[in-house]
Amino acid sequence: MAITLTEAAANRVKDFLANRGKGEGLRLGVRTSGCSGMAYVIEFADVIDEEDTVFEDNGVKLIVDAKSMIYLDGTEVDFAKEGLNEGFKFNNPNAKDSCGCGESFQV
Amino acid sequence: MALLQISEPGQSAAPHQHRLAAGIDLGTTNSLVASVRSGVAETLPDSEGEHLLASIVRYQADADPVVGAAAKAAATTDPLNTIVSAKRFLGRGVDDIKTLGSRLPYNFVDADSGMPRLKTAAGIVSPIEVSAEILKSLKRRASESLGGELTGVVITVPAYFDDAQRQATKDAARLADLNVLRLLNEPTAAAVAYGLDKGSEGIIAVYDFGGGTFDISILRLNKGVFEVLATAGDSALGGDDMDRLIAQCIMERAGISDDADHQQLRRLMKVACDAKEILTEVDKTSFNIELEDGTFWEGELDREQLHILIDPLIRKSLIPCRRALSDAGVEKSEVLEVVLVGGSTRVPRVHELVGEFFEATPHSEIDPDRVVAMGAAMQADVLVGNKPDSDMLLLDVTPLSLGLEMMGGLSEKIIPRNTTIPVARAQEFTTYKDGQSALAVHVVQGERELVSDCRSLARFELHGIPPMAAGAARIRVTFQVDADGLLSVTAKEQETGVESSVQVKPSYGLSDNEISSMIKDSMEHARDDMDARNLREQQVETDRVVDALQVALDADGDKLLSAEEREELDIAVAKVKEVRNGDDWQKLKEAVAALNRATTEFAARRMNASIQSALAGQSLDSLE
Repeated sequence: MAITLTEAAANRVKDFLANRGKGEGLRLGVRTSGCSGMAYVIEFADVIDEEDTVFEDNGVKLIVDAKSMIYLDGTEVDFAKEGLNEGFKFNNPNAKDSCGCGESFQV
Repeated sequence: MALLQISEPGQSAAPHQHRLAAGIDLGTTNSLVASVRSGVAETLPDSEGEHLLASIVRYQADADPVVGAAAKAAATTDPLNTIVSAKRFLGRGVDDIKTLGSRLPYNFVDADSGMPRLKTAAGIVSPIEVSAEILKSLKRRASESLGGELTGVVITVPAYFDDAQRQATKDAARLADLNVLRLLNEPTAAAVAYGLDKGSEGIIAVYDFGGGTFDISILRLNKGVFEVLATAGDSALGGDDMDRLIAQCIMERAGISDDADHQQLRRLMKVACDAKEILTEVDKTSFNIELEDGTFWEGELDREQLHILIDPLIRKSLIPCRRALSDAGVEKSEVLEVVLVGGSTRVPRVHELVGEFFEATPHSEIDPDRVVAMGAAMQADVLVGNKPDSDMLLLDVTPLSLGLEMMGGLSEKIIPRNTTIPVARAQEFTTYKDGQSALAVHVVQGERELVSDCRSLARFELHGIPPMAAGAARIRVTFQVDADGLLSVTAKEQETGVESSVQVKPSYGLSDNEISSMIKDSMEHARDDMDARNLREQQVETDRVVDALQVALDADGDKLLSAEEREELDIAVAKVKEVRNGDDWQKLKEAVAALNRATTEFAARRMNASIQSALAGQSLDSLE
């Protein structure tokens, strides 16, 4: 399995990285917190650690730490617009439940 | 599913903890809102994709006010209820506005407060309320775009805005239920958007050529803080003047008379504006204009002809530039960076002539209409706490310590010098005398230990402290300096909750030189100040001990002490009183310690006596 990025998301990430002027790629992860167990982490990555898994999709490096990998395997990251709001969205097959707002989830 | 934004490494917020921040450019003609998302500052469009919101509000009798393009459309049909350019009246008095021009199409109501009010179909409104409507509209757009309530905003104001105009802007934000993190000068925001705050220190010129106004600001970046050295401008010079000149040229060539009907004139202005915009891209443009008699006139305008028309206007803008430079006391060659702001700077000729004047290549990479809002958004993002501390920019600091006067004329510093603002610090104080019911708070500024050597900022009194023994009352004094340098001091008695407060602007009227000489003084007098402080503290302590002893002697002296013992104490007190008025604090300290020792026996007897009287008549059982 792998973690993938839609083309729309990849284009946005490339723009953001170019604008920022530095960064290896996009770090994806989970951490325990939030109202329903786990919360997604989406950050610029400046360093790649040894235990990280690195995927490359649509020209963007996706960096995931070993612990988060268990929760994220098979996830597709998309960029979506809802009304005036826009942002990244995790389509995660492992998530069973999420809180009302979707900011955190359970497996 | 919530929509997420990319954070800086290690800066991911916990769910529901996102701190949303926005920058607002509240303009005379147009306003914008911007925010930093995934590390990029962008202006936020409305649902039609429009970024600019016309700063126009139309009031209606039985409906909510309309803001923006819809209001603009009604400006000609319903001029009395459609308020344009409310920013020009913000924080101004009625008299100021009369001098702005008698041609204002509104029904001004003379209010007692001196603040101008406008009569509209929806009642009487103030310029602050009109601005609040614009802010509300931008707030709604930002909340919808960012998917949540805003934690705070940074609003930009012209560098020349005075305190009243800044306060009025803040009031408008409060009416719109916005938390203002700080007001930011428009030229500073533009410089921030270009990242100049992270560049080398020096002089920056911000050339702002808008639709109807021209402003030039000379800034100096020093240790991460932008200082406005000088501003100048022309409130009646803008891109509209260019359009008018082009339109006149077309009219002459096409033989259209000056008294053509309004619609024809307005159409011509539009054609002229379009031509100006087309000529920023290409070298030549052509017209096809329908004349009154139904025939068409065809013509051309090339860049060279355009330059002949608009050069005088651009050169006119260089006059205030020269004035601002000389006011700031800097030479053209000292200007490190030039930043272009305002839609009219899109005209390549403006870029060229301004570059020639300052002998530098002006910055114009960022959309000049949006650059101010973007800079404000970047600042808001930092202030709301979304950036690592190392990235903190544009710090403002308190130039001198802020404190208050203590017993004995000593200054107690609450907020030390060089503290970054905004900041709030609190300290608890107590009463000095039994039954004291009021407390005078004297707010001072300066580095010296004695109040008489510091600068007095304000005085106020807290009344209604319940009668208590000296030292029992708890009075919390809070010093708060907001991002604009406004200091508010609040004193609150914790038991009853009575409070009293005052607001001052500490930097008001202090020049850099005065500040540095005040700091220098404090260094030179450090040793004297410490001695003086110790002496005063010791004196206050002495008075407290002597007062307390006197009260005790008056009450129980004859009962518990023999005549000799009494005399001994009286002598000790007299000795202490003598030393108190000298200037040797160490000697005084010893004398007080001696007095304390001399009174130990008396204190012990008093304690016993009071316990006995408390116990008298009580059975052992009832004590258990």
